[in-house]
Amino acid sequence: MDSILEQLVELIKAETIKCNIMEVCGTHTMAIAKSGIRGILPPNIRLLSGPGCPVCVTSQGDLDAIISLSEQTDITLVTFGDMLRVPGSHGSLQEARSRGADVKVVYSPLETLEIARQRPDRQVIFLGIGFETTAPAVAVTVQRAHQLGLKNLSVYSLHKLVPPALQAIFADPELQVDGLICPGHVTVVIGMEPYENLAAHYHKPMVVTGFEAEDILEGIGMLIRQLKTGTAKAELQYKRVVRAQGNLAARQVLEQVFTPVDAAWRGLGIIPDSGLDLKPQYASYNARERFHIEPGNIDEIPGCSCGAILSGKLEPEQCPLFGKVCTPTEPVGPCMVSQEGACAAFYRYQPLRRAQL
Amino acid sequence: MKLSHIIMAHGSGGLLSQRLIEEYFVRAFAEHQVPWELNDGTVLDLPPGKAVMSTDSFVISPLFFPGGDIGKLAVSGTVNDLVACGAQPLYLSTAFILEEGFSLDSLREIVKSMAHTAQQAGVKLVTGDTKVVERGSADQVFINTTGIGVIPPGIDYRPGRIKPGDRILVSGTIGDHGLTILAQREGLRFSTPVVSDCAPLHEIGQALQPFGEQVHCMRDPTRGGLATVLNELAAQAGLGMYIDEEKIPVLNAVRGACEMLGMDPLYMANEGKMVIACAPQVSQQVLAALHKVPVGQNAADIGEVVGQPQGMVLIKTVLGSERILAALEGEHVPRIC
Repeated sequence: MDSILEQLVELIKAETIKCNIMEVCGTHTMAIAKSGIRGILPPNIRLLSGPGCPVCVTSQGDLDAIISLSEQTDITLVTFGDMLRVPGSHGSLQEARSRGADVKVVYSPLETLEIARQRPDRQVIFLGIGFETTAPAVAVTVQRAHQLGLKNLSVYSLHKLVPPALQAIFADPELQVDGLICPGHVTVVIGMEPYENLAAHYHKPMVVTGFEAEDILEGIGMLIRQLKTGTAKAELQYKRVVRAQGNLAARQVLEQVFTPVDAAWRGLGIIPDSGLDLKPQYASYNARERFHIEPGNIDEIPGCSCGAILSGKLEPEQCPLFGKVCTPTEPVGPCMVSQEGACAAFYRYQPLRRAQL
Repeated sequence: MKLSHIIMAHGSGGLLSQRLIEEYFVRAFAEHQVPWELNDGTVLDLPPGKAVMSTDSFVISPLFFPGGDIGKLAVSGTVNDLVACGAQPLYLSTAFILEEGFSLDSLREIVKSMAHTAQQAGVKLVTGDTKVVERGSADQVFINTTGIGVIPPGIDYRPGRIKPGDRILVSGTIGDHGLTILAQREGLRFSTPVVSDCAPLHEIGQALQPFGEQVHCMRDPTRGGLATVLNELAAQAGLGMYIDEEKIPVLNAVRGACEMLGMDPLYMANEGKMVIACAPQVSQQVLAALHKVPVGQNAADIGEVVGQPQGMVLIKTVLGSERILAALEGEHVPRIC
């Protein structure tokens, strides 16, 4: 450990302030668990996980609609690897694939263009999941498909926006969150302004941090400093990557292709203007319209606490299913499946002291 | 007319099959000095000692990747399994399942690479088989290799011999192969190119041989990566392991790319690395011996075997916090957040 990190650790270990800090982003959740940050925090500082795992916040109804769509014979569904194992009400995409559904995993949505070009006989649907980080590449895919005149490509957008979810968290009287560690990658795109507005409105400190253990610890230190002095600003720790105005080109392409719509979040319910759907001029690329997709009901899986975990009301180990009925190999809810899910992070990167209890 | 691709008749057993075997296989393996009389089997002379046999099948895509190809991998994979058992690898068999339409030029490249790797590792390819399946029934080419080796006297590598206090060594940087394949498969480009570590590790076997019974166990951390192999060994030995995260060698390029993708190098596959458990008295000398061979030059001591907690691997993170290092569950996929 280098000396700066050591000093940071010692400072935080000695903090006496009592506070609840939420990390919003799933990648932060994983990084915190992996580096063992909870293990060095004093008991008066609590870290809660938030709704920052894109796969996890997808509602059960939307998941079921996707899986049943994938089972139509002329459809090729293209998506990110993290979606495959997420359990719907009647099995996962992975199971649908083993029964014959054509599901392809890609790393970039742009690969969908090539898949659609190679298979003119099939309807190729890209399943858009993710926040402001992944949505721009999907927007570009739609624009390219339009330029290329690809008639067999469409996008099912379940993209979600981070700021409305943060607002829902601050507005929830059941949740006592004193400060937020905000997502570095999302902020690369959206910039600092949305946080500045929220910090001022709800008088809560927010810090955008990077993903190294040092970044997160420094962010926690910055939040504590604000809490101690009674300030509530949006601060930027991740200066080496984030520009205050965000990525203008990415924001522009988002505005060209998408329009905000109400969206259903697992755990947070329907949040106004928190989702992204294709604008009317791109309606012919909208899978919702092309295939008349109606989301099913948004009831959660019986017994599963993912909703409460995503809104910071429960910690993974407080769920009665955690590690017993629900494990990464046989997950009940999405938080145990996703690489960004809080339950998967707690399960994989289990601190020693908990294992000994 | 000269054929450029595999056709079904190559698998018929007739003239084309014979020609395929002679032109592509027998010729490439001519230097292996075993008379390929094309009998139904090969008679082998084995030196005294316990014989070890191991088999593995290779279905990797892409077939060619930075640092190797499916042929090199097929030979290295089985050679390394024999080496991990403490054996000197001696003979290999191979079986090819070819998809109709597979390029004969690619086949020639793959077979050449196998012959070269086998020669490097000092193993002889002594028998083989080819089958052709219809287009769509296989993905280009699947290769099986089976190997036989003999354990020299005084060598006994198995999890049951791991003891509390043993040092745990890795023979080099972790995660190179897994990341290379992922990047190649998905067309990801990094400013610092990463190359697969795919290599036969017979030299590691030779370097460890002088330490005899002081080396307790060896295993190659292939699928599931270092974390999964450490867990397997801990469970089989009924002991715990205490690993220092900062001591695990990981290339900066691999670390950076993994961070970007949201992957953990400790769960990425390796194809040219060994995990070694040895008595603490000899660990420094073992490390020095590993550093002398090219495939072991980045070897490091990463931790020790402990009595408790049984079957568990603990890791000290860079923050000095302790957590459990679990085995891989399901698939390891990049994040989207």
